[in-house]
Amino acid sequence: MELSVIGNSSSAADSAAGGCSAGSCGSTDDQLAHLPEHIQEKVHNHPCYSEEAHHYFARMHVAVAPACNIQCHYCNRKYDCANESRPGVVSELLTPDQAVKKTKAVAANIPQMTVLGIAGPGDPLANPQRTFETFRQLTEQAPDIKLCVSTNGLALPACVDELAKHNIDHVTITINTVDPEIGAKIYPWIFWNKRRIFGRKGARILIEQQQKGLEMLVERGILVKVNSVMIPGVNDQHLKEVSRIVKQKGAFLHNVMPLISEAEHGTFYGVMGQRGPEPEELQDLQDECAGDMNMMRHCRQCRADAVGLLGEDRGEEFTLDKIEAMDIDYDKAMKVRAAVHAGIEQELAEKQAKKARLSSGAVAEEPAKQYRPVLMAIATSGQGLINQHFGHAKEFLVYEASAKGVRFISHRKVDQYCIGNGTCGEKESALAGSIRSLQGCEVVLCAKIGFEPWEQLEAAGILPNGEYAMEPIEDAVRAVYQEMIATGAFDKTRPGMAEGRLSSDAQAIA
Amino acid sequence: MALSIVESCVNCWACVDLCPSEAIYATSTHFKIAPNKCTECEGDYANPQCASICPIEEAILDSLGRAMNPAGSLTGISPEKLEAAMQEIQAR
Ligand code: SF4
Ligand code: SF4
Repeated sequence: MELSVIGNSSSAADSAAGGCSAGSCGSTDDQLAHLPEHIQEKVHNHPCYSEEAHHYFARMHVAVAPACNIQCHYCNRKYDCANESRPGVVSELLTPDQAVKKTKAVAANIPQMTVLGIAGPGDPLANPQRTFETFRQLTEQAPDIKLCVSTNGLALPACVDELAKHNIDHVTITINTVDPEIGAKIYPWIFWNKRRIFGRKGARILIEQQQKGLEMLVERGILVKVNSVMIPGVNDQHLKEVSRIVKQKGAFLHNVMPLISEAEHGTFYGVMGQRGPEPEELQDLQDECAGDMNMMRHCRQCRADAVGLLGEDRGEEFTLDKIEAMDIDYDKAMKVRAAVHAGIEQELAEKQAKKARLSSGAVAEEPAKQYRPVLMAIATSGQGLINQHFGHAKEFLVYEASAKGVRFISHRKVDQYCIGNGTCGEKESALAGSIRSLQGCEVVLCAKIGFEPWEQLEAAGILPNGEYAMEPIEDAVRAVYQEMIATGAFDKTRPGMAEGRLSSDAQAIA
Repeated sequence: MALSIVESCVNCWACVDLCPSEAIYATSTHFKIAPNKCTECEGDYANPQCASICPIEEAILDSLGRAMNPAGSLTGISPEKLEAAMQEIQAR
């Protein structure tokens, strides 16, 4: 495995952004501190961008944009499976009126909902009427909801002025490459100027429009996040270059996501056997691309119509017929929402203050630098607590404990395709999938765990721990790390760890 | 002269917005083209717009019933390769 020192490839961008290189920020509390104030203000209660906030606030997406103007090799427009959970897959298409109604219903019932996004199932900007009608109505009727939109970027330059009008402060552009050669391996065709354009020529146009759109948004002071799909052997190394360029141009986040590729999905990559990245590969690249932007890792690849706190889908409660039956007094709801938001802000502030007090003490009493960092996986359903049963976890939060403190690393999704309907997956493979997704972790903290998974985890060299049920994640991770030091866990070499990944901190020390 | 949309259409709406003749309409199953309205885009565009954006191979046919976008032409997956992959999945 290649070990490169983080921050090297993007040192220019890093120092421009405040001189805090990846991994050395220590505790995750500082994640927003280096950003300019107006950006902090915009992102601090956005669940996709803020580590703290994503435990408390919620977002939703409405599916109003079915049409798309490009083809990506990781997408299959036919696919729609109720058990599937990845971007671009939705079950219920809404008209703008229905979407507005649904948004208001959810906002009234889940006051934590602060962000409404349009992400698909096609490209929002390839459906300008439907997308902008939804935004226009919401800006008018529900001014306390933030709006965001994600796009492939092809139609972006043409839409920037319209976007600016609707007061949208977050735009996500999916940029997988800046090289038409590589682009041709990702995008077989685009629809441009009334024609379908294939291969390199199409990819070149797409790349030009993406870059132009990015620049135009930044000029207008609209926040831009860039998403990239990591496709091993296609753009994995190249994404470092992408990262450098988009940050230089003013994107405030660069988020690398794994390719999801199963033959069952019928995508080009799926059928051709293109693999997705291993969790460790993904994390290495994320570390390299993150720069000082650690908090972006909270963004998940959520269902385009997901409702509820991040990672938890409450869409079932808000189907069309159920919404029709609801009578929403939004003015009243807005007052309740404001009160709930104030309460959460206060709780966050108190937590922050408490952590500031605690972090003044060292993590370990002994000179801890000789101990390697440890990755721990957490099963949680929110609130920043260890409160989920291992078997119920659809994803794990991975934290790193080291001499420098505790920091959030990533989300690891568990492969859970179609569990339960018996047609396309088995229970055993679900457990195996969970364990595979925990690769590189040494401990898994959960509220409860069954006997069988316990044994298998142990066999895989991962220590299950249910002793910190209902306790705050970071405190528990810190405590377990200290226990490991106290019980001499680091004196033994761990099988399989010899060539294991070193975190940035370890490299910095070494 | 008119194109037609057949049942493999996935109702993605991409073609509807582009049609200069307002010939495309939704039905309870999939989108369809009104043959008396479709001009094959002649006089408006060099290429039939619906068939130029449709992501689904073989969903739109020409006036002789031939696929405007034959199998493999859009995804890059040859029909044989797709067949082989599907068989492998079913055999699991
Ligand atoms: S060929 Fe042109 S006119 Fe006919 S349905 Fe398609 S877009 Fe409309
Ligand atoms: S573009 Fe193709 S798949 Fe989409 S609605 Fe039109 S005919 Fe159907």
